[in-house]
Amino acid sequence: MSDLLLPADEAGLAAAVAAAHAAREPIAVEGNGSKRGLLRPVQAARTLSTRNLAGITLYRPSELVISARAGTPLPHIEAALAEKGQHLITEPPDTRAVFGTQAPATLGGIVAANLSGPRRIAWGAMRDHVLGIRFVNGEGEVLRSGGRVLKNVTGLDLCKLLAGSYGTLGVMTEITLKVLPAPQAQATIAVRVPDAAAGVRALSAGLGSPYGVTGAAVVPAGAAPDGPAETLAFLRIEDFAPSVAYRTGRLAEDLAPHGAVQVIEGAESRALWTSIRDALPLGARAEEALWRVSVRPSAGPGVLEAARAIGGRGLLDWGGGLAWVAGPAVPAAHDAIAAAAGGGTCTLFRAPEALRLAVAVLPEEPAPLAAIGRRVKAALDPRGILNPGRMRAGA
Amino acid sequence: MIALPAPKPGILARREEIVAALRAIVPGDGVIADETRLKPYETDGLAAYRQVPLAVVLPDNTGQVAAVLRYCHGNGVRVVPRGAGTSLSGGALPMADAVVVGLMRMNRILQIDLDDRFAVVEAGVTNIGITRAVEDDGFFYAPDPSSQLACMIGGNVMMNSGGAHCLKYGVTANNLLGVTFVTIEGEVIEIGGAHLDAAGYDWLGLITGSEGQLGIVTEVIVRILRGPEGARAMLAAFKGAEIAGAAVDAIIGSGIIPVALEFMDRPCIHACEAFAHAGYPLDAEAMLIIEVEGSVAEQDDLLARIKAICERFDPISLKVAESAEQSLAIWKGRKGAFGAVGRISPDYLCMDGTIPTSELPFVLKRIGEMSEQYALKVANVFHAGDGNLHPLIMFDANDPDSFRRAEEFGAAILTLCVEVGGCLTGEHGVGVEKRDLMSVQFAPHELDQQRRIKTAFDPQWLLNPSKVFPLEGAPVPLAAE
Repeated sequence: MSDLLLPADEAGLAAAVAAAHAAREPIAVEGNGSKRGLLRPVQAARTLSTRNLAGITLYRPSELVISARAGTPLPHIEAALAEKGQHLITEPPDTRAVFGTQAPATLGGIVAANLSGPRRIAWGAMRDHVLGIRFVNGEGEVLRSGGRVLKNVTGLDLCKLLAGSYGTLGVMTEITLKVLPAPQAQATIAVRVPDAAAGVRALSAGLGSPYGVTGAAVVPAGAAPDGPAETLAFLRIEDFAPSVAYRTGRLAEDLAPHGAVQVIEGAESRALWTSIRDALPLGARAEEALWRVSVRPSAGPGVLEAARAIGGRGLLDWGGGLAWVAGPAVPAAHDAIAAAAGGGTCTLFRAPEALRLAVAVLPEEPAPLAAIGRRVKAALDPRGILNPGRMRAGA
Repeated sequence: MIALPAPKPGILARREEIVAALRAIVPGDGVIADETRLKPYETDGLAAYRQVPLAVVLPDNTGQVAAVLRYCHGNGVRVVPRGAGTSLSGGALPMADAVVVGLMRMNRILQIDLDDRFAVVEAGVTNIGITRAVEDDGFFYAPDPSSQLACMIGGNVMMNSGGAHCLKYGVTANNLLGVTFVTIEGEVIEIGGAHLDAAGYDWLGLITGSEGQLGIVTEVIVRILRGPEGARAMLAAFKGAEIAGAAVDAIIGSGIIPVALEFMDRPCIHACEAFAHAGYPLDAEAMLIIEVEGSVAEQDDLLARIKAICERFDPISLKVAESAEQSLAIWKGRKGAFGAVGRISPDYLCMDGTIPTSELPFVLKRIGEMSEQYALKVANVFHAGDGNLHPLIMFDANDPDSFRRAEEFGAAILTLCVEVGGCLTGEHGVGVEKRDLMSVQFAPHELDQQRRIKTAFDPQWLLNPSKVFPLEGAPVPLAAE
């Protein structure tokens, strides 16, 4: 384990980064380290954690904004929101089961990984709700981008650039998010379909309806080694109770031609979507690799076929457009899944270290874009000290 | 007036040669160089600023855009990208030594996929054009800026345009899947695709709203959404801005997110009523237009909840539309607000700050005081759900002193927006108009950081010059002229 730097505040964090910059000494950046197993391992003698930068700094329910320091544990934020009847819009996955970790994700970590759950299909990605950030760049300067208002186009949007940059462009110290009222009720329509392709057709019919579907997933037969024997398409409605009742009824009628329909309500519905959010139906074993593949929805079933061909299995979220795949942790399997992503995008989400170092965990970028990427990285972190090798070998 | 830099004499002297080179790339009538035909391109929606460009080139395809940029890059020629020219911040204002690259001929819809819910369109397709292409199937493209009949999707991407319905559906950035992006070096890069959330750095998010500083977008992949069963509006008028603001808080606090929540102050109500005869209450200090979606029964339910909330705030009048026609009548005044103000004043500046919504009463009070101080009338429309404030400052362009006061008044309002925790621009962009106010919102090292990112894309600073970043402190271009 490398030396751990635990600054108590933003100024201390900036000083630590400035010192590393001056010494040209790479540092691994993390919150609670709950996603240390994601993408590639960082080669750095020291680790800088934001976990002591914790606490909610502003919460205005009627303005739909909350600000918190980057190291604030996500459950702490979720609890504060729930107290006022609100929630995090994209229901980010809880990756503890997948990575076998104890400590919960921090706000900074979930934004730096831009992780979004099932509601992404209806309400946008994690980064869509980042209104403002404070961050420390690779030289140790404290900077702001965005703000605490819902609409802001002032200057370049560095919030979006840093969200999903895995700590390689800067260390976020405080984040302001848009939040929304938590819906009063929810229900899920389960449609028994012959196969995943039929399932995606049912999801497309639902998402093409006027009923405001907020979750659309297919859990195929054989999703887990001891999993279900039938393929089910799930569509969720969330709103005020009378609306949920009305729209679930209409949707169930519309979807009847796709297969036998059953309605799942309340707590059972909630538990189902938590499980899909966290890829639990796959029951991925510790030695297996886990991929997250984003494609156009109709291409999702093709990714599942590729998964079967490597002796793996998968499920589909986001209307078919997000495939979670579990399978053998070998380069040939990775190459097959990456190829199946086609024009989409394949992320090696979890794997033993050997595979994470052996393959491109993210798709390669076209040469002109990669060149711009190196220049943007240099503009923010000129000495390349932040999380070297986290996203790509040698970067 | 915002200062513009002196044109490069070396470029002006090479005008004929540059025009000939552009003609070799874009044949036919795609290059405009004679003075009378250049005139229409001298300004955009910020008509107080005018500058005839060196030339205008109207490419027909991405390859031509790439070749034009490659030529300009190789020859140190500045480039001003242009869509429909509706920018209210001077985002498309030409420079005397710059070539305007107009995308209006690239107006084809290339692909519509209802199953996967996306459309691929060229940058010159109008905003409304996308919705028109899919509305027969019940779909729509969500962001709806006021200029949607004219403005083009390429410009929407560059400015990250919003609209009246973004409280629910988000702004342009939240409705994009991919773009075809041309760098100043003439490289064509496909970013994103028909899928959500491409892995790696969020280039799409950085490019969106970059105001032409990083490159030119020639094709756009947008999400299209199925529309709701229906929508209906109500009107609620109150005795004070503070009371209306409290009503907005109570509505949001009840868990309802209306699809639109618009606020108008007294001068705006009067201007709109005189123009549209929409039946707005003239004795009100503040008026809300609130729109909800769903089936008729769902609309009834939500409107009844909102009406009950508004009743707690001693309203002057509450009018719930009973039909789609009545709903249109309620919207008619608001949608015509800019035109209505244009009727009572020869000219106006449309400002665009955002504030925390709780600050609205204080900000309106201060704007009222400033209105007396600068001796100019102002009307305020406000996207109350998201805090985006549009003060319309009325002035007379034939009176230079009136224009000077209007610009100072506007700058004072935007400075106030920043002081109360908001920002300079919610949806119109910085452009030329707010360029010199950037240092109100950002510290010097924060602007420098943004400039370094711009340099990573555009090392010679040829793209959309003199916009967004204050001229003072600008880096010395890497390559000499």
